Amino acid sequence: MIGLTELRNTERELHAFRTRVLVAAAVVLVTFGLLGARFVWLQLVQHEYYHTRAEDNRIAIVPLPPRRGLIFDRNGVVLARNYSAYTLEIAPRKVSDLDGTIKMLSNIVAIGSRDRSRFAKHLVEARNAESLPIRTRLSDEEVARFAVSRYRFPGVEIKARHFRQYPFGATASHVLGYIGRIDARDVERLEELGVEANYRGTEYIGKRGVEASYQQSLHGETGFEQVEIDAAGRGIRSLSETPARPGHNVILTLDIRLQQVAEAAFEGRRGALVALDPSSGAVLAFVSMPNYDPNLFVDGIDVQSWKALNSSPDRPLNNRAIAGVYPPGSTFKPFMALAALTLGERTPESTIQDPGYFILGERRFRDSHVGGHGTVNLRKSIVVSSDVYYYQLAHDMGIEAIAGFMQQFGFGARTGIDLEGEASGVLPSPQWKMKRFARREQQHWYAGETISIGIGQGYNAYTPLQLAAATAAIANGGALYRPHVVSYIEDARTSKRETIVPQLIRQIPLKPEHVAFVQDAMAGVNSEGTGARAFAGAEYTSAGKTGTAQVVGIKQNEKYDETKIDERLRDHSLFIAFAPVESPKIALAVIVENGGFGSRTAAPIARTVLDYFLLGKRPETTSQASAARDGERP
Amino acid sequence: MELTRGMIRRFARSSVDGIDATLLTVALLLMALGLATLYSASQESPERVIWQLRHLAVALGAMWLVARMPPQVIMRSAFPVYVAGLLLLIAVALFGDVVNGARRWLSVGVMRFQPSEMMKIAMPLMLAWFFHRNEGNLRPREFVIAGILVAVPAMLIARQPDLGTALLVAAAGFYVIFFAGLSWKAMGGLVALALASLPPIWSLLHDYQRRRILTLLDPSQDPLGAGYHIIQSTIAIGAGGLSGKGWLKGTQAHLEFIPERHTDFIFAVYSEEFGLIGNCVLLVLYALLIARGLAIAAQAATLFGRLLAGAISLIFFTYAFVNMGMVSGVLPVVGVPLPFLSYGGTALLTLFIAIGLLMNIQKQRKLVRT
Repeated sequence: MIGLTELRNTERELHAFRTRVLVAAAVVLVTFGLLGARFVWLQLVQHEYYHTRAEDNRIAIVPLPPRRGLIFDRNGVVLARNYSAYTLEIAPRKVSDLDGTIKMLSNIVAIGSRDRSRFAKHLVEARNAESLPIRTRLSDEEVARFAVSRYRFPGVEIKARHFRQYPFGATASHVLGYIGRIDARDVERLEELGVEANYRGTEYIGKRGVEASYQQSLHGETGFEQVEIDAAGRGIRSLSETPARPGHNVILTLDIRLQQVAEAAFEGRRGALVALDPSSGAVLAFVSMPNYDPNLFVDGIDVQSWKALNSSPDRPLNNRAIAGVYPPGSTFKPFMALAALTLGERTPESTIQDPGYFILGERRFRDSHVGGHGTVNLRKSIVVSSDVYYYQLAHDMGIEAIAGFMQQFGFGARTGIDLEGEASGVLPSPQWKMKRFARREQQHWYAGETISIGIGQGYNAYTPLQLAAATAAIANGGALYRPHVVSYIEDARTSKRETIVPQLIRQIPLKPEHVAFVQDAMAGVNSEGTGARAFAGAEYTSAGKTGTAQVVGIKQNEKYDETKIDERLRDHSLFIAFAPVESPKIALAVIVENGGFGSRTAAPIARTVLDYFLLGKRPETTSQASAARDGERP
Repeated sequence: MELTRGMIRRFARSSVDGIDATLLTVALLLMALGLATLYSASQESPERVIWQLRHLAVALGAMWLVARMPPQVIMRSAFPVYVAGLLLLIAVALFGDVVNGARRWLSVGVMRFQPSEMMKIAMPLMLAWFFHRNEGNLRPREFVIAGILVAVPAMLIARQPDLGTALLVAAAGFYVIFFAGLSWKAMGGLVALALASLPPIWSLLHDYQRRRILTLLDPSQDPLGAGYHIIQSTIAIGAGGLSGKGWLKGTQAHLEFIPERHTDFIFAVYSEEFGLIGNCVLLVLYALLIARGLAIAAQAATLFGRLLAGAISLIFFTYAFVNMGMVSGVLPVVGVPLPFLSYGGTALLTLFIAIGLLMNIQKQRKLVRT
């Protein structure tokens, strides 16, 4: 009996299932029928209408790319502009024999090997592009010659295009950056931002520097033109037009003449300089040497130039000012002194004996000044740059206190400057070491490590920009500003301005008398100390601090002898400064890679920049600078 | 000699064993139409066609494997595949890559793939397995659990946001529930509930999703954006007329008026070149495929087979209907490929695995009968 009901149940279920299958089949038939009806409606009843629309009234929507905004310096000198020129372009999809076509074209217009390699590169990078340039900047004669034999080259066309030009060449290239053709990665980024529709018809995009970080403002809004086209796709007449809105102009805080003076002062050496307005964080000069010519990138860099830039041991594409990290060396001492005063670790009166070395356990830490500086108080420790004073101070303060204080000055954190690619550097602390190293024994913080932190060595690693921003904070009494290179953005048509408002990162709680003390000691550096030679005869008051950062460690009983050391392993030369001391208008940090003592190469560069900024004095000859270079010890 | 010939013959016979001729023929006919249209849509450049043929080779291999798998293996795989799909969807929500403002892709080394695609098969497998396990014991409780099994992945996909795929995955699950015998009354209640939930869902939609629905009602409102697709594809279909403009002669496609003409909008290219007659051929081919699938379902040996085959048939139907509906301007643009015609490797693989499953179920029936 049970078996029978089960059987009957299965039968019934199967029956019910088959009913549902029939229902489903009916639904499928009905909906397909509805679709069929829609097709009949479109393809039979409305066919004439759509046929006409497709055959006679083809409306193409042609994007009108906007004109890119210009970049100016603070005085209105143009740093990036556009010019229009004729280019010879090939539509790869419409040309069957590319090599043959190029060969034939080269009989009419000059096509060099660089043009060919650049075209080949474009072809690989932008395979779906409508047309790619084989030659740019054609002369009128070349245009005329091509026009005559145009019929022989289907798929090849002359087009008027806008090009970017950087009139100052390599000057300020690390601030300006450059534009280049939009590549797959750019497309992905634009899609993520949801702005890809605004880039229809745009070919170039900012790749580095201000060109990249202010891309959205510089680009503008794409317009559209409705064009009637014939069956072959040629435009017949324009129906309506929504004009493009040109990109905004970007005005930098930079003074291009100061920038030129600063870059020239490096005399071909590698390094970086950042000069800030201490009252706002505005960047006055921003140097990273070597620099490069951004014009090379504009119509696609050729392979040879790219290889040369990329494989040069001097790394010209590295933006040292924000992406290079260096130990600050003795330029760290004013900050240590301020920490000592603020935390009550030292008074201006207290002295120590500097015998030229400091002993912790079994380790001996040397002063770079053989024999030491004798009795040293806080002011003298900065003026003559005593190492032993800061070995002792770091030992007394402890790493936690040092890290806690220095963090307020922005050391080891990105400043948030309006340029991409900023490094954060390293503010050493036991917590940092825990995170940085995986192995137990490496994670431990040793007391000896604190000692070298005190003189800006050891794990300390900051960007020149961080050092400049921190120096500006000493100059202005403790206000740490977010550095910025753009002053304002201007609507090219309405001249409406959008000002970049200075942003205070934090007001560091410091006692005015402590700040005044450190400022005075730094003034002492330039009037009687390690910076005196470089600042001899200056017609303004200035405060500074020299620094020398070790590139290689020197063993316990070894002597550092520059002549015996490979050029790239020589010490880095550093200098921080601000002026005038009473009401600082400029604060800066300079680093010269492998430049030796801070007083010798970095300080004269700072002097040159301050002379120009405060007095408008250009360096007449380089003799003054080179004379100062044979200076004293740091 | 005789021995080797015999071996070859036996191998040949055994390798086609379990391959359903009707299903394969219809699918390959559809593929042929698709490849011809793809060639036309690519401006007569064979590159994409060659790629699609490579995809097809892989997909046919997968179909062959699935068709010959022991049925128990398929049934046993249902639960782990579903769980894996679910975990991947959660992984996407947490670490997925953002493309077009939506988080759909998961990077696996150099590759990226969409777990939501996997759910299209995992969902009906899981539900069919679930009902099969509880066969003869289907109370409202089981249907509620099934509802949850559908809702969780669907919601995860909807949040990516990919409303189109979410609805399709939910539909796949619903078809199993429908064939499992959810009462008509309950279904009526669900429809009422769905209608009632429309206003709150509308408020949850992303702007671009609302815009798509609004432009469907009036495409001319947004001729540069979403409306452009619908306007241009409708023109293409209408211009095709009764017999079409002829292969490779569609101007809408060749002058690049039709966006996404290789993938979601390939039907517009097809329709312009082959006309109403071509469209009818396409509808008949799809109808044959669906009919064969439903027939397999009606004769399947187990509940699992019945439910799975029924659901797969209706999934084919849904894709074909939704895609042609959206291209001809009666349904919103939701990003559904046209089965067997649209360009794309993943979708093709999914389709032929589904065909393989149907063949597997069909083969099982034969084994039971004889």
